[in-house]
Amino acid sequence: MREIHCNTIVESVRQIAIKAAFDLPDDVLGKLIELSSKEDSPTGTVILRQIIDNAHIAQKERLPICQDTGTAVLFVEIGNEIVITGGLLPDALNEGIRQGYTQGYLRKSIVSDPLFERSNTKDNTPASVYYEYVKGDKLKITILSKGGGCENMSSLAMMKPSDGREGIIRFIVSSIVNAGGNPCPPVIAGIGIGGTADKACYLAKKALLRPVGSIHENQQYADLERELLSEINKSGVGPQGFGGYATALAVHIETAPCHIASMPVALNLNCHAARQATVII
Amino acid sequence: MIQLTTQVTQSQLSSLNSGDQVLLSGIIYTARDAAHKRFEQAFLEKKELPVDLRGQILYYTGPSPAPPGKIIGSAGPTTSSRMDTYTPELLASTGLAAMIGKGNRSPAVIEAMVKSGCVYFAAVGGAGALLSKHIIASEIICYEDLGAEAVHKLTVKDFPLIVAIDSKGVNLYQKGPEEYRKNLSIKGI
Repeated sequence: MREIHCNTIVESVRQIAIKAAFDLPDDVLGKLIELSSKEDSPTGTVILRQIIDNAHIAQKERLPICQDTGTAVLFVEIGNEIVITGGLLPDALNEGIRQGYTQGYLRKSIVSDPLFERSNTKDNTPASVYYEYVKGDKLKITILSKGGGCENMSSLAMMKPSDGREGIIRFIVSSIVNAGGNPCPPVIAGIGIGGTADKACYLAKKALLRPVGSIHENQQYADLERELLSEINKSGVGPQGFGGYATALAVHIETAPCHIASMPVALNLNCHAARQATVII
Repeated sequence: MIQLTTQVTQSQLSSLNSGDQVLLSGIIYTARDAAHKRFEQAFLEKKELPVDLRGQILYYTGPSPAPPGKIIGSAGPTTSSRMDTYTPELLASTGLAAMIGKGNRSPAVIEAMVKSGCVYFAAVGGAGALLSKHIIASEIICYEDLGAEAVHKLTVKDFPLIVAIDSKGVNLYQKGPEEYRKNLSIKGI
């Protein structure tokens, strides 16, 4: 068994938390540049220009791309040949977030109680963490720094199996039109289909991790993604909801087996500042 | 591009049209969810607000902390609709001139805006690093315990804005997508 000390995990998480806040991933920036050349709304063009300039300024000046540096959502893949020493993995992950958000001058946006006290935890913990067990002797950690504006536009539909492909298209496109400018379009649409209500929501979030421009490995889902993207970009919502072509950068679908009575469909939107960073230890 | 300097006059505000691009210079005040809740509490208790908002501009933002050597951190707009519950009373009670945020507003807010001649500007959401370069001074005015949600007085220079909803109630969030769809159908797409 390969040993990984908690101190290594803390330091790695600290680094990716800061990196995600400052450096927009190349695939996202590349797609924004591509869409700005296709945008035919004058207001939309001005907005996309500002968004692209903003990414360059953030990277150069080491400033957060967006002041909402988000909930730290962590996806952790644990190899079956590793053993973690020096403490508990969840504690190490949260310590990394605490250090990253404090030392990187990132905004602390988490309140301890959702309804009554709403007092800020002052270090952006706790992170929202998902664990997966995989083969190998590595620990892979991805941070998705998820802003509140786009997260608030998430939705879940417990559809009937007979609603089918057309039902899903109607639900997704109308949700994005209703969200308007709130999730900061152009967005990435993460869609979870199948599983249970909770599983579909998880899959929709996980779908946001896929590289922008990547194609689903299953032909039918690849076709559905392409059709959804085309319909969304005909909706007219446009950059920031002011009308235009660029409503979505990408549509990503994740699926899971489900009950004979069910077809859960979840939508999780990411804003154009689609921030993530990964470390493999 | 329209250049505006605070305090903006009522005639300047009423001459702005939905879709206009504006560069704003001067003083603006920040307030988001928690500060609005305290404003509401002050109204309930018939107390004066700690800041006089008559003729002023409110910016819905919670900036990230200022790194060493910088005036402010990243400072883009947050979603305005969360302030909608508080806004009609705020406009009626204070005589606020304009608001800066992102995303659509409720019919009740638009009605209150038309009544008081208020303008709603949008700044580009997710462009907080770029926007921070147009902030040349920042100080906390009140509610310091709210951290990022404290009310800050900002001095801005050529702060880039779009008139989202003008004082006549014309709404770019409605008009923009509608016109885009109309053009698509004319082109037969």
